[in-house]
Amino acid sequence: MQHTSTQDTLVGLFVASGIVGLFFLALQVSNLSSFSEHDSYTVTARFENSGGLKVKSSVSSAGVKIGQVTAISFDPKTYESVVKMSIDKQYSTLPDDTTASVYTAGLLGEQYVNLDAGGSDEYLKDGGKIDVTNSAIILEKALGQFLFKSAAEEKK
Amino acid sequence: MIKFLQNLGKNTRTGFTKLGRGTFFLLQTISGIPSVLPRIRLLLNQMYSIGVLSFLIITISGLFVGMVLGFQGYHVLSDFGAEETLGIMVAASLVRELGPVVTALLFAGRAGSALTAEIGLMKATEQLSGMEMMAVDPIKRIISPRFLAGFLSMPLLAALFSAVGIIGGQLIGCALLGVDEGVYWSQMQANLDFRDDIVNGVIKSIVFGFVTSWIALFEGYDTIPTSEGVSRATTRTVVNSAFSILGLDFILTAIMFGDN
Repeated sequence: MQHTSTQDTLVGLFVASGIVGLFFLALQVSNLSSFSEHDSYTVTARFENSGGLKVKSSVSSAGVKIGQVTAISFDPKTYESVVKMSIDKQYSTLPDDTTASVYTAGLLGEQYVNLDAGGSDEYLKDGGKIDVTNSAIILEKALGQFLFKSAAEEKK
Repeated sequence: MIKFLQNLGKNTRTGFTKLGRGTFFLLQTISGIPSVLPRIRLLLNQMYSIGVLSFLIITISGLFVGMVLGFQGYHVLSDFGAEETLGIMVAASLVRELGPVVTALLFAGRAGSALTAEIGLMKATEQLSGMEMMAVDPIKRIISPRFLAGFLSMPLLAALFSAVGIIGGQLIGCALLGVDEGVYWSQMQANLDFRDDIVNGVIKSIVFGFVTSWIALFEGYDTIPTSEGVSRATTRTVVNSAFSILGLDFILTAIMFGDN
């Protein structure tokens, strides 16, 4: 058995390094540091088609992440996709005629919601609605239209 | 035929009595924990032999597991041109699964077997009965500090394992195979959730620490007091711990990650 004070030091070091490991995981590895849900407000947008959008997909404006998608549901009356987003409180000055579009990061990347600010003087409030939306571009649909068009042109 | 049925009945009965003794033992151990707290030195000694002495094997294994994940992940992901997601793959597999499970298996082999052998020998050499003769409760004096130390050390060791593994993956992925360092970390941070991934991983390691310490101590306490009995008990500790860790891991994973 080693001298007790060295043993104490080693136990202390062990516990400290374990806690450092946990902090490392919490702050460096996960998204804890980048976004917290406490200081945020919620807005909803209705899309004709929200494509591959998922809960926790990011919401960005001008390329900067400002929030995330919290819920996606289907409205059986209007056949639209209802997307709830929570946006960081510090970006509370988005105009109420902001346009929401579903974009894809890169050709095959994840889908996200992009908000393009409008020119209105009124700001979006907690629980507000975004009226102008652009649906996700479905690659198969776009390709199909393109092929159809080029076939039609060849016939002429 | 009758003999077979007799054997089956006997085995079932001994299995259930053992389970009953185990549960009773666990309750006694837990009720002994409050009396450990005033004598913190007992706990520190055990933290040293259970936690600190496992430190090296855990960190080195973590580093190697992370490096292997880096190689294998890169190999598969580069087929799809998705090397950038290496960070997510390494971190998610370590934090959710490999960290808690491999740490618990190593812990059972390194610390669990030592605990069983120590307590089994104490019983075989009648040190435990000696303590009772001196009106010292062996559960409070011997078992509870070891249980608490195992229970506390396990999450710390698992966190270290994952953290070191992620650094090992970065070492291979970024320094050797040329994945961009910033992308490795930012993809990881964007896709791992604190509550869903990290907290669930820690919960897993707490459960495994609880079960492994319980099995190790009970097998030692319940051993047949001969040298053969001790050796059998040590084997049973490792085998039973491995079974319960993997089985519980399946159940916990199904509960935590099953719904999406």
